[in-house]
Amino acid sequence: MLRRRRWRFAVMALLPTFAIFAWVRLYPIVQTLNLSLHDWNLLSKNKPFVGLSNFIELFGDRLFLTALGNTAIIAFGVMLLTIPSAMVLAGLIHYRTRSRFAGFYETSVFIPHVVSLVPAAMAWKWIFDAKLGPLNALITRLGGEPQSWLFDPYLSVLCVIILCSWQALGYAVLIFLVGFRNLPTSVYEAARLDGASGIQSFRFLSVPLLKPITLYVSVVTLISGFNVYAQAFVLASDAQGAPGRLVRVLVLDMLENSFRNYRVGYAAAEAVILLVIVLVLTGAQFALLRERNGR
Amino acid sequence: MNRRRRTDLLIDLGLGIFGLLMLTPLIMLVANAFKTPEEMLSWPPTLIPRDPTLDNLTSVLNETPLLSWIGNSLAFALLSTLAIVATSGIAGYIVAKFPFRTINIVFALFLATAIVPFEVYMIPLYFQVKQLGLLNTVPGLLVGYLVMSFGIFLIRQNVLASIPDELIEAARIDGGGEMWIFWHIVLPLLRGPLAALAVLAFFQAWTAFAWPMIVATKRSAYTIEVGLALFQTGYTVDLGRLSAASACVLVPSVLAFVLLRRNFVQGVAATGMKE
Repeated sequence: MLRRRRWRFAVMALLPTFAIFAWVRLYPIVQTLNLSLHDWNLLSKNKPFVGLSNFIELFGDRLFLTALGNTAIIAFGVMLLTIPSAMVLAGLIHYRTRSRFAGFYETSVFIPHVVSLVPAAMAWKWIFDAKLGPLNALITRLGGEPQSWLFDPYLSVLCVIILCSWQALGYAVLIFLVGFRNLPTSVYEAARLDGASGIQSFRFLSVPLLKPITLYVSVVTLISGFNVYAQAFVLASDAQGAPGRLVRVLVLDMLENSFRNYRVGYAAAEAVILLVIVLVLTGAQFALLRERNGR
Repeated sequence: MNRRRRTDLLIDLGLGIFGLLMLTPLIMLVANAFKTPEEMLSWPPTLIPRDPTLDNLTSVLNETPLLSWIGNSLAFALLSTLAIVATSGIAGYIVAKFPFRTINIVFALFLATAIVPFEVYMIPLYFQVKQLGLLNTVPGLLVGYLVMSFGIFLIRQNVLASIPDELIEAARIDGGGEMWIFWHIVLPLLRGPLAALAVLAFFQAWTAFAWPMIVATKRSAYTIEVGLALFQTGYTVDLGRLSAASACVLVPSVLAFVLLRRNFVQGVAATGMKE
């Protein structure tokens, strides 16, 4: 009797949230999977079933392959730049926890992660600007050759990587800091008594002990790298209002196929590929964690 | 001992310089907002404008509905925060303290959808919003940001860690109804995590880009992020005005962050304990 009443309350309380979830999460996710197997031009009532032909076409689509390549380079580039530096920074900040400026170190690294994306990207767009930017001015002063950072196909990808890393760093540092604070102090105590230097205990204690956290932050950084859009949109848009043509990324290609080329099913197939990438990365993370625990 | 002091000092110096470098792009942006076109080109770039001007700011405010974009963003972010705090609060409590099997399955489903990035399903979601006739409206924007799987998870962890079963049992024996218990006993104990979640949810909506970009296509319906991003693709826009517009958004959000830093850091740090 009591149990039934409690059950009824739980269901009633959970129902609205569950309904919202079903409506704004589950349904569109299923719909993405479903649309990827259909052809739909946005206007027509008919959505003929086309099987896997959207996917087959995608792998011959030059624009899509460029987008996939750029996105992967950006995601892995950001990870390679961010994770090692975040670990070292977090180690140093943790080491100087008692410093008067510890709060400043943490906050200054974290602020780029929270500020609005577009204004921050705008600042970097100015820095990279070929004619007006301080970066080229600095290079010229030092006797170097000025570069057209945002108009060169390789350099512009590099610019997106730098911008994304600048933003991702704060999150990684924060998570590593939590990790450092949870490490057992006794191990470090023992290492110090054995004569280990600070660098040695970082290398031989912190790095292996933090492995699960490193794995987690790497995967999170990679996944958000694969979802990059705004950064490429702002940095690589030119004055003619053709945004993101230079650095084509997955999300941009997807939105363009859906809303400019009216190929919603085709765009949904791209979304499914994005989802598969994310699932593979998450799966790899769990597999690596388990392997480590099993040993 | 002396050598150690010297390394500490060196590390402090290194971290200090690095921190300043991280902030430089933002500081320069704000400085640029008050510069004349000539000064913007001078080398080395000046940190404090030699002859500060408000021209950039006034011309941006005249040319663009900047304030109404900020208004749209504020309404969107506040409503999203409200929705996420409400749904996460109650759902997190239920999944933590009502161990029915069906509920556990539902909870697993909530969590599983968190793996799927928003970008994957935003196109079908767009058509749902369109069908409701909510394109270019704040409620339309809101549809994408009503719930947060991580929020439910965060509250659940906090309920499990800080609210003992005995407390709830005692309240039941005293004749408290379930709703009364949630409202008067559970919620007050969750103030800290709910505040952290609120800050997180607010910033998430405030900085949203891809979703507002497709839902808001009319100039008057833009959020500030979309407005700025599209404003900068125009022909005639110069750097000073762009910087001024950006600074209008940047300064309040940095101030808000510095004020709410503790809550924010607590919330973000919690995302790392999912495993």
